[in-house]
Amino acid sequence: MSDIAERVKKIVVEHLGVEPEKVTEGANFIDDLGADSLDTVELVMAFEEEFNVEIPDDAAETIQTVGDAIKFLEKNSG
Amino acid sequence: MRRVVVTGLGMVTPLGGGVEVTWRRLVAGQSGASKVTAFDVSDLACRIACSIPLGDGSDGTYDPDAWMEPKEQRKVDPFIVYAMAAAGQALDDAGWHPTAYEDQIATGVMIGSGIGGIGGIYDASVTLYEKGPRRISPFFIPGRIINLASGQVSIAHGLKGPNHAVVTACSTGAHAIGDAARLVALGDADVMLAGGAESPINRLSLGGFAACRALSTGFNDEPTRASRPYDKDRDGFVMGEGAGVVVLEEYEHAVARGAKIYAEVVGYGLSGDAYHITSPSPDGDGAYRSMKAAVKRAGIDPGEIDYINAHGTSTPLGDELELKAVERLIGDAAKTPATPVAMSSTKSATGHLLGAAGAIEAIFSILAIRDQVVPPTLNLDNPSVETALNLVPFEAQRRKVDIVLSNSFGFGGTNASLILRRVG
Repeated sequence: MSDIAERVKKIVVEHLGVEPEKVTEGANFIDDLGADSLDTVELVMAFEEEFNVEIPDDAAETIQTVGDAIKFLEKNSG
Repeated sequence: MRRVVVTGLGMVTPLGGGVEVTWRRLVAGQSGASKVTAFDVSDLACRIACSIPLGDGSDGTYDPDAWMEPKEQRKVDPFIVYAMAAAGQALDDAGWHPTAYEDQIATGVMIGSGIGGIGGIYDASVTLYEKGPRRISPFFIPGRIINLASGQVSIAHGLKGPNHAVVTACSTGAHAIGDAARLVALGDADVMLAGGAESPINRLSLGGFAACRALSTGFNDEPTRASRPYDKDRDGFVMGEGAGVVVLEEYEHAVARGAKIYAEVVGYGLSGDAYHITSPSPDGDGAYRSMKAAVKRAGIDPGEIDYINAHGTSTPLGDELELKAVERLIGDAAKTPATPVAMSSTKSATGHLLGAAGAIEAIFSILAIRDQVVPPTLNLDNPSVETALNLVPFEAQRRKVDIVLSNSFGFGGTNASLILRRVG
């Protein structure tokens, strides 16, 4: 697993208070991990902070699964 | 109007994480005050407070995780978690966990706060200044605004009746109980959870209340001696934190389900000083009219009052004005009481919980009725004035307690008085 994937999963576990096993790449934040719309806003903020990137609102809307976040950050960070 | 009784109690206070431990320590004359160590206070005029004993729930400590998931606690100011704890305790105590739709819509919540999430507002202001608006959490607003105590409690317990929140400074808790009792009396709800919650122990609040010259500053090295209502050396209040919530219930509703009935809310009075933003009116007229209105509503003679839980914050001005107003009220009595009315300030032990004060003090008043004991006024070494009232110095006293008056007065000149009476 890439370093980015590890860091993304750690953030998701901390913010949503879910078991690490549930945080698979296919897991949808809202449908599978119990997040609400405000949780997803906060998650995106946490990704921005951790990876020092800016995620515009239209891009944030496309990040619905753990895998979406990892792909976006692999392409746009560092 | 319909009769309203109290059927459940819940609290988190500087004396402990629940009702019975708090009451036991209060009656034993223990103080909740200590030096503040959670953050830097070296540059503050007041460096002491009455803080909640955090822990795992053993030995009377408060375990927030028992009442709200840690990931949810992270999103809100502590006053909301305190409200969740006190409300959960009160519902458990009342044995009222409505699941039928009809019961849910008949049960409401009115939990207020004096200053709400001021600690989180400070933190978010720093974030805004240092990192800009994009770093403000989506949970900033819903975690700080005062009515989210009522909101969170209603969501957690499925309470779909009236959802309201009082904000009247240090009268909040008493106003919430009085107003919620009115809603039950008028039939807007059959059951109301009512009270107040406050989490003011932070640099901004301590600095702000010190700037108003409201806090004690002369006892930083002897915190347990600082809250000393009616004593000649008193120099301001000691900040406290916590929450108190009661279950108010329509009398027949309580009887029908065989609920334990602690007391009846028989009187509620309100008034305004129309005098000054922080100082009480020097003639004590607002306090007097608040008590008088509650007595009238209760349909009792002032001489029948057994115990008064005073507002008594330990400020130089307020304590004596309240004392004089009470003397004037008792002077109105047609019947002379057999024994002098007992009046104590439990803030001498708990500190001043601001918006939660009136709620925890209503609960103390109810427990005084239950146990026929009045809690003491600590640190009353030298009363600053002579009075015929029994100020219950240092030690709790056993006595007949059937009717209790509880006073709360707040910044802005907002006054509330509750009268609670033994049932049966």
